[in-house]
Amino acid sequence: MSHYQLDARNLLCPLPVIRVQDRVRDLSAGDTLEVVCTDPGATQDIPAWCRINGHEVLESHSAERDIFITIRVADD
Amino acid sequence: MTEQRKAVALISGGLDSMLAARVVMDQGVRVEGINFFTGFCVEGHTHAIRKKDRDRVKRNNALWVAEQLGIKLHIVDVIEEYKDVVINPKHGYGAHLNPCLDCKIFMVHKALEWTQANGFDFIVTGEVVGQRPKSQRRETMPVVARESGAHDRLLRPLCARNLPPTLPEREGWVDRERLHDFSGRSRKPQMALAEQFGIKDYAQPAGGCCFLTDEQYSVKLADLWKTRGSRRYELDDIMLLKVGRHLRPRPHFKLIVGREEGENRFLEGYRRQFTHFRPISHNGPLVLLDGEAGEDDLQLAARLTARYSQGRSAESVQVEVTDRGGASRVLDVVPYPAESVPREWHL
Repeated sequence: MSHYQLDARNLLCPLPVIRVQDRVRDLSAGDTLEVVCTDPGATQDIPAWCRINGHEVLESHSAERDIFITIRVADD
Repeated sequence: MTEQRKAVALISGGLDSMLAARVVMDQGVRVEGINFFTGFCVEGHTHAIRKKDRDRVKRNNALWVAEQLGIKLHIVDVIEEYKDVVINPKHGYGAHLNPCLDCKIFMVHKALEWTQANGFDFIVTGEVVGQRPKSQRRETMPVVARESGAHDRLLRPLCARNLPPTLPEREGWVDRERLHDFSGRSRKPQMALAEQFGIKDYAQPAGGCCFLTDEQYSVKLADLWKTRGSRRYELDDIMLLKVGRHLRPRPHFKLIVGREEGENRFLEGYRRQFTHFRPISHNGPLVLLDGEAGEDDLQLAARLTARYSQGRSAESVQVEVTDRGGASRVLDVVPYPAESVPREWHL
């Protein structure tokens, strides 16, 4: 199990979701991915995308304009 | 035991595609959703920018629909490939720069490619005969099926009984009798079906999901193509057309004026790519200059910046102008009188 990071700052939704989706496709079950983005819409869209695909949102927080969301990849 | 068939449904986030997927799911077919991001989608983007839009529900409707249906959703970035659809639509445009028929053919074709790559059997759309003047007419339904390459693997569950039987119907993967025969522009059958399924919350149906159907947006895109001398665009171009007040005071440059703090912040991200203006003696917008400008043009742009600042009634306003190289200077200008800004400057 590995930890990865993804920079999706300055992208507007749904692009952060698309970037997460494309990155997760290459990861293994149990891996974690921390995505950093700036579009507030991502706080809705990334968890929604995780719910429908079975991935788990482990943590999310904001620091100034940046929003950090960490997810754990589920089995395919 | 019979093999469970698999279908991919084009999910726009509206009611029709939601119902179409649900109708097929109810017949025991495994359905996954697919949604294409063209760059022109109204969904999402502007929510993050304008204050008035922030008050609305921020959800992405395609994701929301997938969650309600309990299906996976694959969002596909087609920005680059979609350019050819917008620039060279074989079947032409609708009322504005909306290539609706070519768009539908393109999306069904992309969905077909996806089914082939993922071992799915057929494609589902929420199309209804007679629903849309350009892309959903009786004559265009076979055009979409044929030119997309999907042929009889394209099932429209909401109006299937008005059309010849498709492969999933002939093979018994779905029961034609349990499909529908909707037609025309009335939304009542869809609303009744939604009621029957217990679906009470859905995005405003029928249209409004693409900026290309918007007259003002199309005018700005046409202006972009005309002034560049060629019909091309990048993602940044089409994003900027969604934001701010666009004025073209001279053929060789236009101004993009932030209308509120959210837009100013968004435009900030582009300021290094453009000569830009900002009032410093008064509060006011960030203004980007797209094009080439001489000294007189810079003075005019600064006066227009002042006109949209809180110093619009002042005798003079100090406006900082910064070129693409990052060099700044301050211009002391008389605000352009609001009543003197010709209407034709506004795009």
